[in-house]
Formats: sequence, C-alpha cells, structure tokens
Amino acid sequence: MSVLGLVFSNPELYGSTLAMATPLALGALGGTFSERTGVVNIAMEGIMLVGAFFGVMAAASSHSAWVGLLAGVVAGGLISLALAWPAVRLQSDQVILGMAINLFAAGLTAFLLNTVYGFGGTPISTPQLPQLTIPILNNIPFLGAVLGQQNVVVYLMILLVIIGHFFLFHTNLGLRMRAVGEHPEAADTVGINVVRIRYFGVLIGGMMSGLAGVYLSIGMLNSFEVNMTDGRGYIALAAMIFGKWTPFGSLGAALLFGFATAVSFSLQNYGVSANLIGILPYALTIVALTGVIGRSKAPAADGLPYEPSK
Amino acid sequence: MAILEIRNLRKVFGSVIANDEVNLSLEAGETHAILGENGAGKSTLIKMISGLYKPDAGQILLNGVEQHFANPRDAILAGIGVVHQHFMLIPALSVAENVVLGSEGSRFLFRKKDAIEKVLRISKELGLPLDPAIKVQDLPVGMQQRVEIVKALYRNARILILDEPTAVLTPQETEELFAVVRRLNQDQIPVIFISHKLDEVREIADRITVMRAGKSVNTMPVADATAKELAQLMVGREVVLETIKTPAQTGNVVLSVEGLSVRDDRKMTRVKNVSFDVRTGEIFGIAGVDGNGQTELVEAIVGLRKLEGGKILFLDKDITAESVSGRIHRGIGYVPQDRQRDGLVLPFTVADNLILRSVGNQPFSKSGWLQKKSTRASAEKLIKEFDIRPPLADAQAVSLSGGNQQKVILAREMSREPQLLIAVQPTRGLDVGAIEGIHRHLLSLCEQGKAVLLVSLELEEIMQLSDRIGVMHAGELVTVMDAKKATRETLGLAMTGERVEEGVAP
Ligand SMILES: Nc1ncnc2c1ncn2[C@@H]1O[C@H](COP(=O)(O)OP(=O)(O)OP(=O)(O)O)[C@@H](O)[C@H]1O
Ligand SMILES: [Mg+2]
Repeated sequence: MSVLGLVFSNPELYGSTLAMATPLALGALGGTFSERTGVVNIAMEGIMLVGAFFGVMAAASSHSAWVGLLAGVVAGGLISLALAWPAVRLQSDQVILGMAINLFAAGLTAFLLNTVYGFGGTPISTPQLPQLTIPILNNIPFLGAVLGQQNVVVYLMILLVIIGHFFLFHTNLGLRMRAVGEHPEAADTVGINVVRIRYFGVLIGGMMSGLAGVYLSIGMLNSFEVNMTDGRGYIALAAMIFGKWTPFGSLGAALLFGFATAVSFSLQNYGVSANLIGILPYALTIVALTGVIGRSKAPAADGLPYEPSK
Repeated sequence: MAILEIRNLRKVFGSVIANDEVNLSLEAGETHAILGENGAGKSTLIKMISGLYKPDAGQILLNGVEQHFANPRDAILAGIGVVHQHFMLIPALSVAENVVLGSEGSRFLFRKKDAIEKVLRISKELGLPLDPAIKVQDLPVGMQQRVEIVKALYRNARILILDEPTAVLTPQETEELFAVVRRLNQDQIPVIFISHKLDEVREIADRITVMRAGKSVNTMPVADATAKELAQLMVGREVVLETIKTPAQTGNVVLSVEGLSVRDDRKMTRVKNVSFDVRTGEIFGIAGVDGNGQTELVEAIVGLRKLEGGKILFLDKDITAESVSGRIHRGIGYVPQDRQRDGLVLPFTVADNLILRSVGNQPFSKSGWLQKKSTRASAEKLIKEFDIRPPLADAQAVSLSGGNQQKVILAREMSREPQLLIAVQPTRGLDVGAIEGIHRHLLSLCEQGKAVLLVSLELEEIMQLSDRIGVMHAGELVTVMDAKKATRETLGLAMTGERVEEGVAP
C-alpha cells in the first residue's frame, strides 16, 4: 500500500482527529453562544488558558480531576465576565477587550505558574480526567477505534454540541438570544432584557471555552505549561466562522481542522511540513468569508454595543 | 373616562427639547391622529408611551391610573401596542418568530407550530393574510407592517399606536390598513395614528391633535378641520399646498435607457425591455404600484445592479459598464428609497453625511486632508437651505427625526448639482411644509436645465411635478404620456397593466 493509503486507512488517524477537534469545537461553541447574542468574542484563547490553569491547580490540590474540571469551567466563566461587563454595560469595543483578555490571561497564568509551582512546574501527581470505554461501540471494527475509547471531555463535547444546537434553535431562550444578536433594539421593544441575555451568552460561552482549556491541561495531559493553548483559541474562532455561527457547523469545522492537524502529525514522519497544514484553518476561514462556499454571515448586530432605553 | 391620558409630558435630549407640555387624551374606540412637522416630537411621544424613553416630567395615565414604565415590557403588559416608524422586526427570523418573540407562551421549548397557528389565526381575524414561515427579510415593506400589527395584537394590545404607517404603503395597502383600523375601533380598541397626509387623516381619524415644536397646540374633531387650517397649525405659517409648475423647456437627451432588462436577487426578471429618454429641463415621473420593477430599474441605472440586457447612455456616453462611483462623478445624483440603509451613515454627524459623496473633492479635502472648516460652512448653508432641524451640523444623523434624515440626503444629492437627479420617493415621511420645499427644489433643478427622474408611489406628486409620466407594471413600461393629458383614471388604469390609448410609444 502507498504511504498515503497507510496513513488514511488507519483508524487512529480519525481517533486523534476527534481528540484534536475537541478543544476547537468547545471553543467555537463558546464563541457561538457569545456572538449569537451580539458580543464579538475573540478571547477564547485567553479563556482557555485560564480554564487550563485553574483546572490543573484545583485538580492537583484536591486530588480530583473532576474538581479540576469544575474549577476550570467556573474560571472560564468568571474571566469571560471581564469581557461581558465592559462590552454590555459600558459599550466598550469588543475586539479590543478580547485582545486585552488574551494578553492578560497569558501573563496571569504564566505568573501564577511561576509563583505557585516555581521552577518544577505543576505536580506530576496531578490526576487526569479519565478515558471512557463505550462497551458495545468499542468492539465494532474501525468505528470502535475511532469513537469507542476517548477522553470523557470528548463525549461531553459531542453532547454539548447537540444540546447547544437544540438550545439555540428550539427553545425560547435560544430564540431570544438570536434576536438580540440580530437586532437588539427590536428585541428591547418586545420586552427582552438585552443586557441580561448578552451576559448569559458570554458567560455560557466562557464556561465552554474554560472546558476546552481543562481538556488541554488535565484531559490530554496532566500539567499546565506557559501558553499551552498555542493558538487553539484562534483556530476555534476560525471554526466558529467557518461553521457559520452554529453548533454543528462549529463541530464540522473543528473536525476538519482537527483532521488536518492529525494528518500533519502522521505525515511528519514522511517529511511533510506541519507549518503548511497549520495555515489551513485560516485559509479556509478566508474562503468562507469571501463566500465561495455559501457565504458565512455574522449575526447582524455582532460587535455592536447597545444602549438600552433612556 | 379617557383610556389613555397624557399630561404635560416633557423630554429633553441634550439641548433639544423634543417634547414639552404635551397633552393628549384617547377615548375608547376612537382613532386619534397626531399631526406635526418633521421633528415636532411625535415619535418621541410614542417612545415615551411605549416605555422606550423615560419622560423627564409629566404623567401617563391608563384608565385614570398613573403609569411608570421602566421598559417596553411594562408598556406591553399594560396593553400598549406600537408599530414604530422604523420597523422593529428581525430580518433573519421568520414572521412567526417575530410575532411571538418575547411572549412565546410556552415555558421552555419554542413551539414553532403553535406560533404559526397563532399568527394565522390573528391575521385571519384581521383580514391581513400573512405567510408565517417566510423570513421577514424576504417581505416587502407593506407586508412587514402587517407583521408589526399582528405582533401588537398578539400581545393583547388594548391601544394600538401607528407611527407614520402609510408612509411606506401603496394606496391599496393603505385602504386595507384603514379597514383594520375601523375593525379595531369597533372592538373598542382606540388607535393613535400619526401621519403627514392630511387627506388620509381626514378620512380615518375622529379627532386630531396637532403638535408643533414639541408642544401639543390643539385638539379638534376632524369635522371641524380644513386641510388649509391644519397645515397652518402644523407649520405655524401659511402653506402652499399645490406647487405651481411652469412647463419645461426641454433640450438634449441626458439619460437614455435602451431595452433594459434586470433581474432581482432571486434571479427573477423584474424589468423587461424598458426604454425611455430623459431630457434636460424635464422631470420624468415613473408611476406604478410598489414592486413592479421600479426599484430594480433605478438600481440598474445607478449601477447597483447588473443588467440582464440593454444599454444605458448618459450624456451620449455608454455607461453600461461603469461603476457606481464612476456614474456619480459623471453627474448622476441618487436619493435612495431606504434612507436608513442606503442613504446615511447613521453614527456620523450631519455635516459628514452631507459631504459623503464629495469627500475627496475640493473644498472638502486638500491633498488628502479633510477640511473641517469648509465642510462645516457648507453644512450650515445646506441646513438652512433645506430647513434641517435641529439646525446642528454636529448632531449625529441617527438622532434626527425620520423626515429630517430624508432632508439630509436630498440636500447632499442636490448640492452636488448633478446633471441628472434620480429621486425615489423623495418626500416619503415629510410634512406638508417640507414637501413644499422639496418640490420647489426639484422644480428649480429643472429650471437650471438639469434633468430629474422621479419615482414615486404618490400619484398626486407624480402628476404635480412631472412633464412626462411613465407607468410601470410587471416590469414593463406600459405607457409614457404627457403629464398635461394624464388623469388619475388613465394612470390608475395603466398601473393595472392596461395599455392606454393616448399613450405615446415610449
Ligand atoms: N435619541 C435622540 N437623541 C437626540 N435627539 C433626538 C433623539 N430622538 C429625537 N431627537 C430629536 O427630537 C426632536 C423630535 O424628534 P421626533 O423623532 O420625535 O420627531 P417626529 O415628530 O417624529 O418627526 P418625523 O415626522 O420626521 O418623524 C427632533 O429634533 C430630533 O432631532
Ligand atoms: Mg417620527
């Protein structure tokens, strides 16, 4: 069999695609929740870092990965309020806020890593989130190798994408969120509390990005390293746009980008540059925005501050 | 007792007193018209009644009980339904979703089927057919208004407020709206009706309150009011309701359209093989029921839409392949139909909006630098000439009343002294005084030997101003006639698609 044949017929490639896609999908889903209410969120990178760090810290000190997960999610939610408050209440520029949060989170987590754990880094005894084995699925050939045995967060992600879709498109609150993201003044005139909805969207989004970070630190590994997100927050942003601000779209785009990464890892052994594949998400995002494959259109009021009734 | 009573209401925005000592009472089952110039404060009053603005002083009473609306929700719960001057609909959502939004009637799950059923039921009761599943962005404005009305009644409105509802309607749609208003009155639901059109107000209203400069100046039964009196009360001076037009001295062909065919966004052919000329010194009017291809025709001439076939000549040059800005620089001025979307940059100041098209030119810019002083000076001149209120060059365009936004666009386009001005519904939403002003400006353009292509749904306007009138129906120019020979009847007939005898071939 040719080299490519070998690479592509290996089920592990698809298993690692799913693993690689998970933080991207969670980040993109988080961004979707925020931007659907009209708050531009480019802070996924920073929120993920914060989630990753506090996930490890809580897991290490409580000796429970689950406590770590919870702490990372809560930390993600809290830091996202630093975006929500000025964006919603003070009508500040959301892109600049997002950038500021990314820079702040990188500095904060590096500083805390150093002060709390010093030179040696996070403890090697930090517990990790478990891999799950799905009984029957695991025994199916090929599919079992892809889906049967993954980290618990991978399954959580799939669940959240489905719930997220259902929530946004089949519940009253989801309808209101979309309305606020499209035309906040119109939503205001029918009695929807624009401020509250936007807080809610950003907060939920922050928690999901926090979970993405937790997955990186105590899902894939059991440690935190400086700037360990390594641009995944931005790729998540790309996945959100490429996925047209929908949960399933986000997942699809994340899988595509995850696949590219997984392939590049496999091909590295055969001497193909990983950098080349690294630009794929951004290149595809540009393609999506130019409308070659059905135009990707942001919610109409995305990024526009709204001042409620005077 | 009055259902709704307004006592000495006041609202100030910075240095602008938008409402002051406004008094109004609304009785069960009546239609109460509010008349007033552009910027008189009508919309501001409505926004206070609907909880969007908080009054600075005064009282709002419902059935004798004073209300303090903290937000629109309070007003909705109190039974106040409003159709705002600029529709409050979400284009990306369906009709049904727009109608039930915020009061979905179920606890958690959005029940699409229920929503659709409710919309169908209400629209049927009202006699206003609607397709609940279609997206609002795909609806013409007349339909969008139906959505707004259904939306208000779905929320059990016991008072319906319509802010300039007929400005966007065809005569036929207006009649349908009036039927709805009468039905509501019969059900004891009072209606507040804001309009600039005196004849409409006299047809539908029981009582009239006139506002001027933020104050309510008078309330009277409609039977006691003559058009002339009302106009005078509104404007505070005498108004010439009919503009006198001198016959045109026509000259060379400015614009020549040959065999034009245009498709809309959905690839349907909306303009079919249309040919006509516009000459210097004349106003060429295009009449027709809304949606018969006028918009597409104009967009094609301005360069916003690709041609399916045909040719456009401007001053004997073929401009078919030219860009929008190229056409503008050749001397075409354009007043678009949707002023909020296409005509203005709302967050910019009035002064900046006034030079938008000439930013790169002397005297507003010198070697790439903006010249604030000359921008301001020119803005102040135009504000005066076109009577834009409040007369503040630094006011944001978004803070202007609807009618005054329209004046800004007109002032900008006319000040560039175009060889050809294309105006679509230039007086939509303007008060009688302002209309008089705009009409005078259009006529003076012609006297200077410029040409005007006027598209309007108002037959009166077309007949008053045009030298020649073309009528469009289903994408075709069915007739072109001399304005002197045109009557309401012949035009009306042509608008239904009949080819008219005395029409000269286009
Ligand atoms: N949000 C705002 N900020 C500042 N000024 C405002 C605001 N809203 C309205 N105004 C000013 O208040 C005055 C009244 O405006 P309003 O919109 O109530 O007029 P209107 O009677 O509805 O006019 P039109 O017939 O043109 O719609 C105007 O001078 C307007 O510029
Ligand atoms: Mg108004």
